[in-house]
Parts: sequence; C-alpha cells; structure tokens
Amino acid sequence: MSAVHARQSPLPLVLSDVSFAAGGVVILSGISLTLEAGPRTVILGPNGAGKSVLLRLCHGLLRPTSGTIEWRGRREGRRPDAMVFQRPVMLRRSVRGNVEYGLKLAGIGASERHAIALQRLEAVGLAHLAERPARRLSGGEQQRVALARAWALDPEVLFLDEPTANLDPTATRMVETIVAAMHAGGTKIVMTTHDLGQARRLADEIVFLHRGRIVERAPAAEFFATPKSPEAAAFIRGELPV
Amino acid sequence: MPEQSNALSTALALIAGADPALWSIVGLSLAVSLSAVALAALIGLPVGAALALFRFPGRGALVTLFNGMMGLPPVVVGLVVYLLLSRAGPLGDLGILFTPGAMVIAQTILIVPIIAALARQTVEDAWHEYEEQMRSLGATPRRSISTLLWDTRFSLATAVLAGLGRASAEVGAVMIVGGNIDGLTRMMTTAISLETSKGDLPMALGLGIVLIALIVLINALAHAVKSLAQARYG
Amino acid sequence: MNRRALLALAALGALTAAIPAAAQEKSIVVSSTTSTEQSGLFKHILPIFEKKTGIKVRVVAQGTGQALDMGRRGDADVLFVHDRVAELKFVADGFGVERREVMYNDFVVVGPAADPAKIKGTKDTVAAFKTIAAAKAPFASRGDKSGTHAAELRFWKEAGIDPAAAGKGSWYRETGSGMGPTLNTAAAMNAYALTDRGTWLSFKNRQSLVIVVEGDQKLFNQYGVMLVNPAKHPHVKKELGMAFVDWVTSPEGQAAIAGYKIGGEQLFFPNYKK
Repeated sequence: MSAVHARQSPLPLVLSDVSFAAGGVVILSGISLTLEAGPRTVILGPNGAGKSVLLRLCHGLLRPTSGTIEWRGRREGRRPDAMVFQRPVMLRRSVRGNVEYGLKLAGIGASERHAIALQRLEAVGLAHLAERPARRLSGGEQQRVALARAWALDPEVLFLDEPTANLDPTATRMVETIVAAMHAGGTKIVMTTHDLGQARRLADEIVFLHRGRIVERAPAAEFFATPKSPEAAAFIRGELPV
Repeated sequence: MPEQSNALSTALALIAGADPALWSIVGLSLAVSLSAVALAALIGLPVGAALALFRFPGRGALVTLFNGMMGLPPVVVGLVVYLLLSRAGPLGDLGILFTPGAMVIAQTILIVPIIAALARQTVEDAWHEYEEQMRSLGATPRRSISTLLWDTRFSLATAVLAGLGRASAEVGAVMIVGGNIDGLTRMMTTAISLETSKGDLPMALGLGIVLIALIVLINALAHAVKSLAQARYG
Repeated sequence: MNRRALLALAALGALTAAIPAAAQEKSIVVSSTTSTEQSGLFKHILPIFEKKTGIKVRVVAQGTGQALDMGRRGDADVLFVHDRVAELKFVADGFGVERREVMYNDFVVVGPAADPAKIKGTKDTVAAFKTIAAAKAPFASRGDKSGTHAAELRFWKEAGIDPAAAGKGSWYRETGSGMGPTLNTAAAMNAYALTDRGTWLSFKNRQSLVIVVEGDQKLFNQYGVMLVNPAKHPHVKKELGMAFVDWVTSPEGQAAIAGYKIGGEQLFFPNYKK
C-alpha cells in the first residue's frame, strides 16, 4: 500500500514568511517553516497561539494574507495530504460509507472502495461497526472512523488538529496508536496539541508556537530537556501566561 | 352552525358511499399535487443547494427573491401561466390549457420557491458544519451538492411536505389554468369552491373535511417513514 | 448532477407525452357562464350529445364577459352565453360565426321574506327597481360584466337610476362574483337580487330569500350559441364545434333542453327558429 510513496514525494512543504490576519486581528506573523518527510512533527503551544490556523494554512483550507506556501511535488488532481479535525464530522450514513467517501470522490470503483474501507476499519479496530450509522458512535469511535477515512486515501502527509482534545484517556491512547501505525507505514505526521504529555509521547520534533510566532523549533528530546526560549521553558513548567 | 353537523355527516356519507365522482376528484387532486411536488423537488432541491454553496455576484438578491416568492399569490401564478398557455399567448400551440398538465405546471411554479428557499437554508447550515472536512476530503462545492442533499434528507423531507401542503390547499392557480372542467380538471379545492358558490355549504364543508383528512394522512405517513429512517440513521 | 437532470427531463417528457395522448380523443372546449353550468343543464344534455357523437365537451364556466374574452383569445371552440347585445357585437367584430338563438330562461327578482320595499307580487320589474332605490333597500349586484349583470343594468337604466351613484357603498352592493356567491351574499345581508331561475332553483342557501318579482316579459333571458371564428383562430375545431352547434339547435337537442327539470319544473325553453 505504499505505492504512492514511490512517486516523487510532495514534501518538503515550505512556508516562507507567512502571515494570516482576519477581521483586523493578526493571528500569525513571520512564519517560516519547512516540513520534511520523516519525523513526526508536533506543533505545540498554548490555546490561542494560532496552531489550528497554521495547520489549516498548510492543508490549503485557508489562504495566507502574505507569504508563500509551497509543496515540492506538483499535485496531480488528488491532494497528497489529509486532515483529521478536533471534532470528527460524520456524514449521515454508515461507518463504512464515511470511510469510503473520500475514495468515492476520487473516482475509485465500488468493490475496490469496499475492500480498502474494510481494511482500514480493521486496522483501527472498528470493522465490526462497519454498517452502523456513523452518527451513533461515541466520540472516540467517531475519531477513529475519521482516521480510517483519512488513512483510506493513503496520504503522504496527515495533519491532525488537536485530535484527542475531547476524548477520554482510553480513546486518546487508541488514537495515538493509530497515528503511530500510520507513521510506520510512511505517512508524515503533523499534529497540533496543547497537551504536554501527548507531545512527549508522540513527537520526534517540536515546533513551539506562541502568540502567532514560531518561538522555538527542536528535536523533541532536546526541546523538553533544554528549551532555548523562556516562553518554552515556562510552558513546559505549566506557567506560561497566554 | 347547522352546516357543521350536516358537513360531518355529508363527509362521512361521501366516503362511505364510495361515490365514483368523488374518488375521481380525489384521485386528480392527488395526481396533480403529487406530480407538482415531485417536479418542484427535482428542480428546487438542487437549485436551493447550489444557491447555498456557490458564491457569485447577485447571490444575496437571489436568496431574498426566493424567500419572497414563497408567498407568491396562487391566483397571480395562475393568471401568468394562463396568459402563457392561452392560444393568444406564446405557448398556446402546445394546447395544454385547461388540462391537468397545465395545473401541474402552475402548481410546480408555485412550490419551487418554497422548496428551494428551505433547501438553501438547510444546506447552508449543513455546509457550515461540514465545509472544512469535505474540502479536506476533496469535495468541491459542486460535488458537495448531492452529498449535502442526501445528508440533510430529513429536513428536506419537511420542506417537500410544506410544498405539498401549499399545493393541495390552493385553488386560485388551478381554477384559472384548469377551468374546473367537470370530469377533467375538477379538483378538491375547485369542487369545494363550486359547491360554495352554488350555496351547497354542507357539501362544500364535507369535501373540505375529506381534503383535510387526506392531507393529514399523507403527513402522518411521511412522519412515520421519517421517524423510522431517523432512528436507523441518526 | 447529470443523473438528476436526466430524471427531470424524463419526468417532463412523460408529462408532455401524456398530454397529446389525452388530446387524441375528440373533444371541444365550450365557454359558457357560471349560471348555466350551475343550473345543471350541461350535466343533463351533454351525456346525450357525447353518446351520440363520441365528442367530449369540456365546459369552462365563467361570467359572460370572461366567456366572450376566452372566445376572443381563441381558447374555446364554441360559446354558449346569454347577452344578446354583447354577442351580436362579438360577431360584428368578426370573432364569432354561425350564431343561433338556442333557448331562453327567465330572471326573477328575489328578496327577503320581510320585503322592506313592499314589491312582492308585482309584474313590473322597472317599477320594482324604482321602489327599491327609493326605499334604499339593500340590493346585491353581481357587478362582473356577466349577462345577468348586463340585464340588471338595463333595468336600472330604464328606471332612470344610476345605482352606483345613488347607493354604492350603502344599499347597492356589488359583489363582483358569480350568481351563487352573489345569492349567498344577498341571503346573508337580507338584500334583493336579480337572478336567473335556474340558479335559484338549485340554490340551497336561501335563508329568508323568496321570489318577489316574476313573469315580466322583460325578464326573459335569451341564450345564444356560436362557433369561434376559425378564420381568426385556425386551430379552432370547426367540424366538432359545428357538430355541437348543430345538435343543440336540432329537434333532438332542443328536446333535451326542454327535458331538463328541477323538482318537476322546466328551467330552459328551447326557441331555435331556422
């Protein structure tokens, strides 16, 4: 299932001096960032730092007010990146129907769609709920469906916006396991969180965001052991004023 | 009013007596209004969804227009369609004035704004919730129309029923373009109008009771189907 | 989206296919008046005609003014109305041909049993109208360009009264509707009204109304039948329309008209003379 990675990789994704303002309020400024294939990147920061907006800019849901965002590989039709949001949006259809939706949009035939969907549902442990109406699942189950849905598209990059903020610890662990599995399969992971524990568990590298600016960027071990900036240090201690 | 007790017994007698004239009138009313609703849904649902999802200059004016046209007076619609279909009019050669076909056309025009306006609101609200996720999965607004129409199907069913209610209740449009011809274009509402003008008020009320009972029955059926489906799909 | 468009086209196609199929059967559109239809005459004579010729007659009933308008526009094949003056003008203007006098009925004046204008029993309609105006007794008029309305106005004119000027908004009430609704209004308001006998006999909501004036020669109401001029509207069904005009003035048709009774009373009196 990694045939797609044999093509020219769309990474790195390069953001050059990106800023974003809305309604007269500057949310991000001076963002220069290169996302390389390989490490699991966690964008860390307090609430209101601009993490969600940054992710949406990367995924193309928002346009920067200034600056450029460029993928290396040219995109042909289907985009190489997928996204999982804090609140999973389930269509009024079965779990399997939801997982197949992106594939259907991409023009994949019915029997192939079924096969891929069931395989991914198997991988996230929800194959037994395939025909259940998706909206009747618990929050944690719905998020796993959202992951299966993204995974079905075999994305080269997976963006996740605080995916476990609304989930209990068990569901959170399940989501993190799935993310790790996708990474093992070759998908670049870019995830936002304000949860230090989660960042410690999952990150290979940390991008620390505060008040719309990248304050620090370092490999995870280095970041947590010896943060270079006072804001990062305060945040790790749990003392950062927003 | 003595008419009331007479009306009830007249209504029951009508139904029990299985008067063939009555049933042909009922049949025509259902055929015309249900056809009009089906056509109006076929047109109005995609139009409403498109209005919800696309941005273009003049969109605001169009939304306001559709909302306003929900209150189109049926008699005005009837008059305009009559002038179009009249022999002296542009579409006269079709020869469909004073036929059930003309009545279906007039009622369809009447109901399309209702279904389109309600569909627009419903789909717009849904799009608000779904937009990011759907764009993420590769859905453009154009491709989202059918997805959103299907996803909001329960609310849309209510909009369609509202249209059906409007169609079954109106008399102005079908009277003018149908001519209330005995045996051809006489529907429940025009028959009631005729009996009233003849002074046969118990009969008119009796027919009215049959009409209301019919509409309530249809709505009850639709509600039952909706509840069952909603329980299954959430 | 494509599938949806196809479905819509299919539905429209099915509808339009059904319509010519319905038009395949032999039929004509006869434009007539509400009072004629509501009297029940057509229900009686049309089945006889349809059985004999296989031609289905579609009657669209409106006020005489509207009925003539329909003929002018070419939306009907035959006219069957009762306003001699307007009909003759219609023919003179070239809109109608083959006009024949087919039958007459009579008008009556109805009014509240209490009879505030004290006109019951008189045979002089013009005098009765004068009295009504003098007494300012409530009078319900159709006010809708119909044959009945035209007849009513002729009585006022002969009485030398302009009812609108004299009593509009007070005792002279113009309903702008058909005979039935106008009688409904008259019954509710205890007013006098001019009506054709046919509508009166089948009118069920009389309340306190009774006939107060009848039998006056001037109350006779002549009906005319004619073909809408095919020269002006080529699509008019000339043969089928003439079949109806011919039948209704034939001995058989005239007998059918005479045979229509309500409660044993004949309503319409055939009077076609070659």
